[in-house]
Amino acid sequence: MPPHEATMAVVPLAGAAAAIAITGDVTAACEHELMTLHEQATDSGAKLIVLDFAGMEYMNSGGIGMLVTLLVRCQRRQQKLVATGLTEHYRQIFELTRLDEAISLHDDIDQALAAP
Amino acid sequence: MDPRSPEGHGPRDAEYWAAKVDRVHVSDDLRAYGYNIEGRRIAGPMNGFGRMWQRTYTADIGTAATPERVVADWRAHFGDYWPTMGHFHGTVSAIKPGDVALASAGGVPTGIMVLYADDTSFTFITPEGHVVAALITFSCETSESGGTVAQIRMLLRSSDPIFEAMWPLLGRGEDIFWRRTLNNLAAAHGVYDVTVRAHTECVDRRRLWKNWFNVRYNAGIHTIAHALTGPLRLRRRKTET
Repeated sequence: MPPHEATMAVVPLAGAAAAIAITGDVTAACEHELMTLHEQATDSGAKLIVLDFAGMEYMNSGGIGMLVTLLVRCQRRQQKLVATGLTEHYRQIFELTRLDEAISLHDDIDQALAAP
Repeated sequence: MDPRSPEGHGPRDAEYWAAKVDRVHVSDDLRAYGYNIEGRRIAGPMNGFGRMWQRTYTADIGTAATPERVVADWRAHFGDYWPTMGHFHGTVSAIKPGDVALASAGGVPTGIMVLYADDTSFTFITPEGHVVAALITFSCETSESGGTVAQIRMLLRSSDPIFEAMWPLLGRGEDIFWRRTLNNLAAAHGVYDVTVRAHTECVDRRRLWKNWFNVRYNAGIHTIAHALTGPLRLRRRKTET
């Protein structure tokens, strides 16, 4: 089944934080847009980047590779990268690939903001 | 709800992903050769040590077969397309999510786990001790000219300081290896003069010193130790029988 396009948007949050809301299908094809939005969030001074996956419908392995690349960019800028809104299925993929060791997982944005 | 439930109400990609495991286990028939990966954890690019590289190899293999057909063939005969400098010991299945396969290069046996597989791509992830900590994706897509383009794309770091020190040599070997793999795949589909394009990019110049102790799983060291202790194992087996 061909993937549907993902849509992404930066949502400013309280403090030095920004969320990137992701809906649709996450594949390597999204990489350019995700990196552009990350630059936008960085320019706004965000030190905490929240990837909000509540609207994600599908992800392939290219999506995981893209997240690894984003994680490296965040680390280079001393930003913390966290994820919210993952279903149990996607949580297990994060755990299997051990991405959860570098990207902490939270149920929702409020929980992510409240985390130490 | 279990996303892999047969009711089919899980995510569209549920059947493409390997089920979560904490440790890699090899099947009984491959256990004698799987000593470097049995019981190891998965180690993706963030769990390695050296600089992170993204390498992409592409080859246009013409219009003889669709991307789906090439990938089905690639999955079914994966080991046949490996160059002679390495060996791939697959299981009975054709690269299914969760499969663990043994592979060796330069006499060092190690392996991979199939992380993801769909109609047009499949991805391997490496266990601890492998030369590289990597995600390696094999895929095909239709080009603008209507041909099928095969691609191997990897995101990788060397696993530990020893392999990182050897990287100038190992990296060159990998480069030759994957080019030949695409050459063999193309030849199997009737294309004998394929041009393999390669692109390498350093994604992260840092070395992850927090992971230096990965060296305790180094497959090269374990292989030497395994060879040296071979006579002891043989004697123990004889005593047991």
